[in-house]
Amino acid sequence: MSAFNAIGEEREIDRDEFTPGVEPQPTWCPGCGDFGVLKSLKQALPEAGKTPEEVLTVTGIGCSGKLNSYLDTYGFHTIHGRSLPVARAAKLANPDLEVIAAGGDGDGYGIGGNHFIHTARENHDMTYIVFNNEIFGLTKGQTSPTSPKGHKSKTQPSGSAKTPIRPLSQSLTAGASYIARTAAVNPNQAKEIIKEAIEHDGFAHVDFLTQCPTWNKDARQYVPYIDIQESDDYEHDIHDRQEAAEMMRETEDVLNEGTVLTGRYYVDEDRPSYTQEKQAVGEMPDEPLAERYFDDDAEWERSYDLLDRHK
Amino acid sequence: MSDDELIWRIAGGSGDGIDSTSQNFAKALMRSGLDVFTHRHYPSRIRGGHTYVEIRAADREVQSRGDGYNFLLALGDSFARNPQEEAFYGNEELKPLSENLDDLREGGVIVYDEGLISDEDVEELNLEERAEENGWHVYPIDLRGLAKEHGREVMRNTAGVGITAALLEMDLEHIEDLMEDAMGGDILESNLEILHEAYEMGQDLEFEHDLRIPEGEHESEQALLSGSNAIAYGAIDAGCRFIAGYPMTPWTDVFTILSQNFPDMGGISEQVEDEIAAAALAVGASHAGVKAMSGSSGGGFALMSEPLGLAEMTETPLVLVEAMRAGPSTGMPTKPEQGDLEHVLYTSQGDSQRVVFAPGNIEEAYEQTRLAFDIAWDYQIPVMLIYDQKLSGENTNVDVEFFDREPSPDLGSTLTEEELKEAAHDNSGKFKRFDYENAEDGVAPRSLPGQKGGRYLATGNEHSPVGHISEDPDNRVYQMDRRLEKLEAIREELNEERESTQTYFGDEDAEYGIITWGSSQGAVEEAVERLNNSGYSVKGLSVSDMMPFPEQEVTEFLESVDEAMVVEMNATAQFRGLLQKELGRFGEKLTSLLKYNGNPFEPAEIVEGYEVNIAEEDREPTAQVRIEPAAGD
Repeated sequence: MSAFNAIGEEREIDRDEFTPGVEPQPTWCPGCGDFGVLKSLKQALPEAGKTPEEVLTVTGIGCSGKLNSYLDTYGFHTIHGRSLPVARAAKLANPDLEVIAAGGDGDGYGIGGNHFIHTARENHDMTYIVFNNEIFGLTKGQTSPTSPKGHKSKTQPSGSAKTPIRPLSQSLTAGASYIARTAAVNPNQAKEIIKEAIEHDGFAHVDFLTQCPTWNKDARQYVPYIDIQESDDYEHDIHDRQEAAEMMRETEDVLNEGTVLTGRYYVDEDRPSYTQEKQAVGEMPDEPLAERYFDDDAEWERSYDLLDRHK
Repeated sequence: MSDDELIWRIAGGSGDGIDSTSQNFAKALMRSGLDVFTHRHYPSRIRGGHTYVEIRAADREVQSRGDGYNFLLALGDSFARNPQEEAFYGNEELKPLSENLDDLREGGVIVYDEGLISDEDVEELNLEERAEENGWHVYPIDLRGLAKEHGREVMRNTAGVGITAALLEMDLEHIEDLMEDAMGGDILESNLEILHEAYEMGQDLEFEHDLRIPEGEHESEQALLSGSNAIAYGAIDAGCRFIAGYPMTPWTDVFTILSQNFPDMGGISEQVEDEIAAAALAVGASHAGVKAMSGSSGGGFALMSEPLGLAEMTETPLVLVEAMRAGPSTGMPTKPEQGDLEHVLYTSQGDSQRVVFAPGNIEEAYEQTRLAFDIAWDYQIPVMLIYDQKLSGENTNVDVEFFDREPSPDLGSTLTEEELKEAAHDNSGKFKRFDYENAEDGVAPRSLPGQKGGRYLATGNEHSPVGHISEDPDNRVYQMDRRLEKLEAIREELNEERESTQTYFGDEDAEYGIITWGSSQGAVEEAVERLNNSGYSVKGLSVSDMMPFPEQEVTEFLESVDEAMVVEMNATAQFRGLLQKELGRFGEKLTSLLKYNGNPFEPAEIVEGYEVNIAEEDREPTAQVRIEPAAGD
């Protein structure tokens, strides 16, 4: 793959292209699972044929929100829980952009839960990576929506009374057309899944298990994973909604007790993306809207033509 | 309170077609050469409930609703609840007649639908007695019966218009034309029959009244449109092609108009899950290179505080509109108030910067929307338009020529790829997007995702020149100062390079002043004229720039008068508070006239308020207003 540098020279791209030259070192703790996401993204992007200029990474707040500080693409570091609405509008405005949104489990399933449901429902063509470490990290260890029931923290000292959220099932119900779970401790699978998610035409939701060595030492994030696609014990058709739902239910029931399954849960290649749906009903231009502003031949509508009906 | 004008009020139940009928009638009046101004009163209910529209028409400019009115067409409420509920709701069927009598002027005309409003009910109103006292002329007509004969009951609107035209000796030509535009086939035919039959019935009546249609002529072609139309069309001409929103009265109007027009012009409209998302989508689209807007009303705008701050910090151009209605909380959804000024000026955390315009009429709504987009994209700052349910819904005729100007898709301080090659980059190759060294007026030109050589990080945290999160104290002070510089530059541009957006009326040398903002402008303008006609010496100023505040202009105005009355539709004198905060003085010169009962000012209320407040007549105002004395009084 080739790309252009700042002064317009063309050159080959590889993962280094997505690694900033002189930039701040990550502020993540040693052993943090977030390094795993960064690494798999840097590997997946060039393999998916993307150049740094055409990629827009949109993040929320928290340790996960710093992802695009350490990744050399266009980036938008938004506010807590709001990465998805910003990201999907950027995609609508310029469908040529490769839009990747990312956030934590508090950010994505808690404060941004509403946006998650609706972005999945609309099936926007983008990748959404949720750094799931079952804890609020940057605010120092509070219970998150994915923390297990009974989880004790400074804000729930007697142990959480809440059943954790089921991100995969929720995603399926909401309408995401690609749903996978992977883990930072499983780098090869993680890279493959991120690459597929980027290449998928539709909303690709990746629940990325990232261990938090500082605030969540007890979490099941450290156990060895079973790759459902690799294991002989599981035969499930990823295109079958029913089977996907069943697999999700099983793994989400026991996630905090023992077996952790990773891999692709559901892929629907037939569902049109939101851009396609919107174009089909005539609510979306064929050419990227953002480009019209630089097109000298574009005809700009005059409001006084609209006045006829007011005369 | 001259009778050289017609103020026609059509009243019925919500859902009875009051709005569409009045729209057409207003247009017919405009086409006959008159200037018109409409005022709409409606309940927060889909069907039934007392609603009316008032159309003021005269052969001179009308910028406000009038005082009371002189022609009532009471259709009755066909969606009234059942009689069992009457104890609680009152006789709803009758309300279009009973609720409107207090405002009818002496010598006024009443037409009511005998077919729906029963004689017994009318008797209870003592209508005959009251009519005699006030010199009213009452014409009970069976509009429902007539409509039924020719088709359906709902067409009694048309019968009402036919009677009106006859009683005013008005030509049917324009009404017929508009009907032909709006419908066809059998429906048109029966409506035309009803119209003509009602007209003839009207002509057969013995006229006791002397109210006639005023005569007028326009020198150029006119268009009848609302403040919401003006804002939507202003946005289109400014190059706006992306809107995201969540429905909420009265913001929904602008949202709807743009949603209906954008598909034809390659724009994108998104109705989303909530207002946080709506404003965040506008930020995302703007970041990616499209002129975008969002907006809401008070309660929905409260949710936008977050993305507003994000736009400020990431210096993403953005236009947000805030259509006020009475609050707090859900307040009165369909009633106007100017109560969100402080909400709009100060919401969002930190030393945040934004520009706020408050247009006072339809023309200003169009021009200031265009200005809002210019400023937002030139300075990379959020600009807000604050208006209210009144300006949003009232219709006025505007000279079509007024709109004849070039659309502007200009992205302001956005670099092209060519320009990016020359721009400053740091040694990692990243574009120094937030560069304070090369910024002019605080504005550091931006790049768009996808452009070659423009990579940077837009960050809601404080950030370095390339956008990395930074808590470095020197960088913080530089970035903060640079952002603050923008507002000063905008203040200067508004003061010096652009025509003032403030509106003055009355004699420059007048002794006393009335100062107002937003949609109260028209009523104040008329009040100033009347006060001067009755021998007072008064001038008026309506302020549109809320932030940055036109310190110099307002200071000069206030220095030139002995006292000034601040007129606004809220209970806590928010604009007067802003005046005193921005100017730091004049506390002893300012008194307030406040109205917050859900209805906009009538000019007479301002006249009376002035007489009581400034001319120091020893009496209490009769209107539902409040006087707030000057500091130290």
